[in-house]
Amino acid sequence: MSRIGVFICWCGENIARTVDVDALAQEVSKFPGVRCAMNYKYVCSDPGQALVREKIAAEKLDAVVIASCSPHMHLKTFRRAAQLAGLNPYKVEMANIREHCSWVHHDRAKATAKAASLIRLSVEKARLDHELQPIRVPVTRRALVIGGGVAGIQAALDIADAGYEVVMVEREPSIGGKMAGLSETFPTLDCSQCILTPRMVEVGQHPRIKLYSYSEVERVEGYIGNFTITIRQKARYVDISKCTGCGDCWSVCPLKRNKSEFDYGMGVRASIYVPFPQAVPARPVIDAKTCAKIIRNGCGLCEKKCKAGAINFQDTDKLVEEKVGAVVVATGYKLYDIGEKQDKASLAGYGEYGYGQYKDVIDSLQFERLLSASGPTNGVLKRPSDGAEPKNVVFISCVGSRDNAKGLPYCSKICCMYTAKHAMLYKHKVHDGQAHVFYMDIRAGGKGYEEFVRRAIEQDGAKYYRGRVSKITQEDGKLVVRGADTLAGVPITVEADLVVLAAAMRPADGVAELAQKLNVGYDEFGFLLESHPKLRPVETNAAGVFVCGACQAPKDIPESVAQASAAASKVAVTFAADELMREPEIAGINEQTCVACYACLRACPYHAIEQAEVRTPRGVFVKHTARVNPGLCMGCGTCVAVCPSKSADLEGFTEQQIYAMVESLV
Amino acid sequence: MNIGYYPGCALHGSSDDYEESLRACLRALDVQLQEIDEWICCGATAAHALNQKLSTALPARNLALAERGGFGEMLAPCPMCSMQLIKAQKALAGNEGLRREMSGIVELEVRGTTRVLNLIQVFEQVGLDRLKAALKSPLKSLSAACYYGCLLTRPPDVVEFDDCEQPRSMEAFLTALGAKTVDWSYRTECCGGGMTLASEETVLDLSHKILSNAAAHGANCLVVACPMCHVNLDMKQPDIERRYGVRHGLVIYYLSDVVGMALGLPESALGINRHFVGKA
Repeated sequence: MSRIGVFICWCGENIARTVDVDALAQEVSKFPGVRCAMNYKYVCSDPGQALVREKIAAEKLDAVVIASCSPHMHLKTFRRAAQLAGLNPYKVEMANIREHCSWVHHDRAKATAKAASLIRLSVEKARLDHELQPIRVPVTRRALVIGGGVAGIQAALDIADAGYEVVMVEREPSIGGKMAGLSETFPTLDCSQCILTPRMVEVGQHPRIKLYSYSEVERVEGYIGNFTITIRQKARYVDISKCTGCGDCWSVCPLKRNKSEFDYGMGVRASIYVPFPQAVPARPVIDAKTCAKIIRNGCGLCEKKCKAGAINFQDTDKLVEEKVGAVVVATGYKLYDIGEKQDKASLAGYGEYGYGQYKDVIDSLQFERLLSASGPTNGVLKRPSDGAEPKNVVFISCVGSRDNAKGLPYCSKICCMYTAKHAMLYKHKVHDGQAHVFYMDIRAGGKGYEEFVRRAIEQDGAKYYRGRVSKITQEDGKLVVRGADTLAGVPITVEADLVVLAAAMRPADGVAELAQKLNVGYDEFGFLLESHPKLRPVETNAAGVFVCGACQAPKDIPESVAQASAAASKVAVTFAADELMREPEIAGINEQTCVACYACLRACPYHAIEQAEVRTPRGVFVKHTARVNPGLCMGCGTCVAVCPSKSADLEGFTEQQIYAMVESLV
Repeated sequence: MNIGYYPGCALHGSSDDYEESLRACLRALDVQLQEIDEWICCGATAAHALNQKLSTALPARNLALAERGGFGEMLAPCPMCSMQLIKAQKALAGNEGLRREMSGIVELEVRGTTRVLNLIQVFEQVGLDRLKAALKSPLKSLSAACYYGCLLTRPPDVVEFDDCEQPRSMEAFLTALGAKTVDWSYRTECCGGGMTLASEETVLDLSHKILSNAAAHGANCLVVACPMCHVNLDMKQPDIERRYGVRHGLVIYYLSDVVGMALGLPESALGINRHFVGKA
């Protein structure tokens, strides 16, 4: 016979207002297996916990049921209390009589009866609870950081400075990400490259950071503490261990008119190139799509010119393996494609703005390159069509953001701020120029942000119109921008020389595939899901995988950096213990009855089930079976549901327990 | 090919040159048009603004007549008509209650099964290959601004035709028939439509902008697929020229005019001789 103690919490008024806790305790004490039942005002408080501990000892309880709030709230609290009193913490059950009962009902008698039923279920479950021990797994104290933008850089440096090794994977030829291409940053107008490139160099030179540039994550195996990562090093055609970065190759390359990816097509580069002068690593890459040697065995001038003998036209992709214990995802964002080509049917593009049709209609990142001192125009503002200095520039915000009809419903958060910055920087470069901004709302929450926008309007004279633009046409060499000023209630037309579209932020290409490799969830827009939006903002539902930066949601540089440091500290916490403890409530397979159909293997969302063999102690093969990897299993129970031979079961939630609970009610 | 034909008021009135043109042109391509018996107003003008039920019932009756005639597809060359008809057809197809109600009002069973086509879609069904095969006199002298007007592609979720802001479907035909097309900005702007009576100035102003932009981008003619656009750009062109003191001299062709010309039909057979602005 069990000796179960039931503790009914009033939760102040929260439960006691609707549930008759005295009557409930009386009724519950008659349930089979219940040794004692009592109620208390706040069981979670110190004296409440003391009462639980005291009763465990005095009544020699072998299981405890706490009837209170959600286990999300206090299961850990009560497990700790039980452990202090010498009871196995997995012999604590909770009955949620607050969210599931008192908060949602009014009728006191009925609510009390329902609370009794909920407690009956938990008592039945507690009767069949086993003593469980947490699973211990060893930990490799080495982290993988995916993405070398400002978030990835911050996370990598923080982890490395804490004393752990870091492997950084960046798919572009250089780290630096979007921030390396920005001109100046709001709200302080410090030069983006001036503050970022020293951090990039630190990454490149850090003794504990191993950088894989021009590489992608191919495969992820293992689990928290023990990941094996396969990295694809894309063919670079340049041996960066031999290369000195002298620049002879790109100066001799005859194919200099390729559109530069780093300049978003605003500038040109050779077929062998470094994306920008401050690149890390400062080593070139050959663009196989345009190189004459690779396409048709022509040219080859760079190879002849290279004194270091670093050019290798026979280079191929290479796969390398790295072992790590934690992963930080910092893959960043891309802009909404304003043109006609869209990757989702719900995104319709903005044909009315003529992006891709009129050369002088550009997006915000392209404008950053035109403003940047290291950009294709050396920071002199020239419009793309004819190189003239634009005297009237129209900025349109919310292009693709907050637009359910053909864009995305969310706010991209940073556009109000960078558009104000654009208007300001434009005025600083073209003193007799006029900036016009069409906006929906100005969202400038943040330290010094609102003041910054006011400065753009009041000191730099940007004209702000609250309203949308309906159409841009080209007439007599001017871009005629027609829109509405909804505050004045009039339609307005601006003749512009340049139009800048603040396109929405979307997660970078390929993030969904990466998320699937890592078993990390993502939302309908492709942003990675954190485990809890408030309390676990950098953790994911895959243990040991953390997120930071714009891959999680649109955010600006200060927020990305803050989140990156948060992710780094979570990695350091993971690495702090000698062994990792995992909850033991995971699935197990009865290998005697398993028929090796592997329905569970296909159904498991965490890839935690593997094919295995049962052998005698002497190694004689007996049968095939499925086996659960305890490091990967998250205890979801899907395998239990699909197993046709009923060989899978979930510790702490066995089928026997569930049947007992159901039977107690019917 | 045999399809239903809903002329609407324009093609039997002020724009009967359009009807002459498209009948001649489609006949040459072996497309038989069969006019819907006893068709009535599409509900585009007054009903559409004043009475929701009436603006569904009027096109519903026309759709019921087309269904009675056994037409799976029906050409409505006027974009106002096709928009009204498509809107009603979609509403009927997705709503059992509305079908019952409307069948009662129009005294005919209506199911919303007839697909309504604009002229470009009929040419698309004929196909570029067949048109190229039938090409007799390539349109080498044309430098055309294809003008879709405001309604042919809108509202996009109703008509579901081409890119509503940057359409290109007419250009595809013109290019195939040997004409040059110009890249211009006013493809989908409004010509002023039915404002002729209420505010002629508005029509003159809007149409003037369209003609000016087409000319500035190197066009020597415009190609339209809407009777109302044709009236404003063609018939009103002398008034526009007088008012703004300019000379546009732009011939306004219906799409069927230029296809017919390419097929070797004489201008008189296409009604082009009845346009107001003649060859420059």
